[in-house]
Amino acid sequence: MGEVIVVTSGKGGVGKTTTTANIGTGLAMDGHKVVLVDSDIGLRNLDVVMGLENRIVYDIVDVVDGFCRLKQALIKDKRFDDLYLLPAAQTKDKTAVSPEQMKGLCEELKQEFDYVLVDSPAGIEQGFRNAIAGAEKAIIVTTPEVAAVRDADRIIGLLEAEGKEGPSLVINRLRHHMVKRGDMMDIEDMIDILAIDLLGVIPEDEYIVVSTNRGEPAILNKNSLAGRAYRNISRRIQGEDVPLMPLDTEPSLLERLRRLMGFSSK
Amino acid sequence: MLNLFNRVLGREGPSKEVAKERLRLVLVHDRVGVSPQFLEVLKEDLIRVISQYMEIDDASMRVDLSGSNNSVALVANIPIKRVKRGLIAKTRRQEETVPR
Repeated sequence: MGEVIVVTSGKGGVGKTTTTANIGTGLAMDGHKVVLVDSDIGLRNLDVVMGLENRIVYDIVDVVDGFCRLKQALIKDKRFDDLYLLPAAQTKDKTAVSPEQMKGLCEELKQEFDYVLVDSPAGIEQGFRNAIAGAEKAIIVTTPEVAAVRDADRIIGLLEAEGKEGPSLVINRLRHHMVKRGDMMDIEDMIDILAIDLLGVIPEDEYIVVSTNRGEPAILNKNSLAGRAYRNISRRIQGEDVPLMPLDTEPSLLERLRRLMGFSSK
Repeated sequence: MLNLFNRVLGREGPSKEVAKERLRLVLVHDRVGVSPQFLEVLKEDLIRVISQYMEIDDASMRVDLSGSNNSVALVANIPIKRVKRGLIAKTRRQEETVPR
């Protein structure tokens, strides 16, 4: 029996989809059976981030409406045999699925997979309600900005009201040099304000854009800082005790020289 | 050192402290779920009641929530212009006539 984890944030654009794609890929890298569920009906993106957009035939609404069987809608990943995606519908809206239907869907997927990762849409309306309906655990993604932390706090309150057990936090896009000069909230500040457990910290990394361009999660690139941070998170989800990665790694002189000349390793 | 240099030159300090303070305040309101309208109605009522006893400067009166770690407080700052003397005398008389 698998585990259903929702990735949510309240605010849009903080990295829910990127986080879902990377953590899911990380869990599959370690040999688990994983399914990623895109619950952002009307604005699907997980397929693009995973590079699977050309393989979609059926979607989550087709499954719920009984147009196809669940197995038919699952898209197998290009890289890992045990990694699947259940895409959202692009032409419908959030009300095309109800929280009860979503719950049933998660129950069914749990029988088959070790991890069911649900990528939540932004907001606190029905899309969010759907996303959390079947989840036992929640990962909250935030960035070190006032608006994102405020929304994360709201989401934590809503999850609590729904009786979901202690969510954990992913701090995304941390810019170490800004933290160092006091112009960005640091890890401690945010844990202090939100009062929840920290799951991991993702440093700002240009490679995320490159990886999204290519449809290959950054976790597959060992040279990507963000990719390495996601690797650590996926290990922590499996129960491993992985220390936070040092963030004060300034690029070496050689690396800076390479970048200057356009031979970046990234 | 750089920070000190900036401060000497009159530039602003690290912005993260500003962010934290603003977040703290905004979250106090969010968590309690009290709307600005609610506070405004409460303020009107307070003015009405207190005005029976003293003349207050309701234009510069402030009613707001304030919070630290786990507690939230309603903080009202009500500048008094004048206490109604007649009323004090009246309450004294009332106290005297209360049978023991």
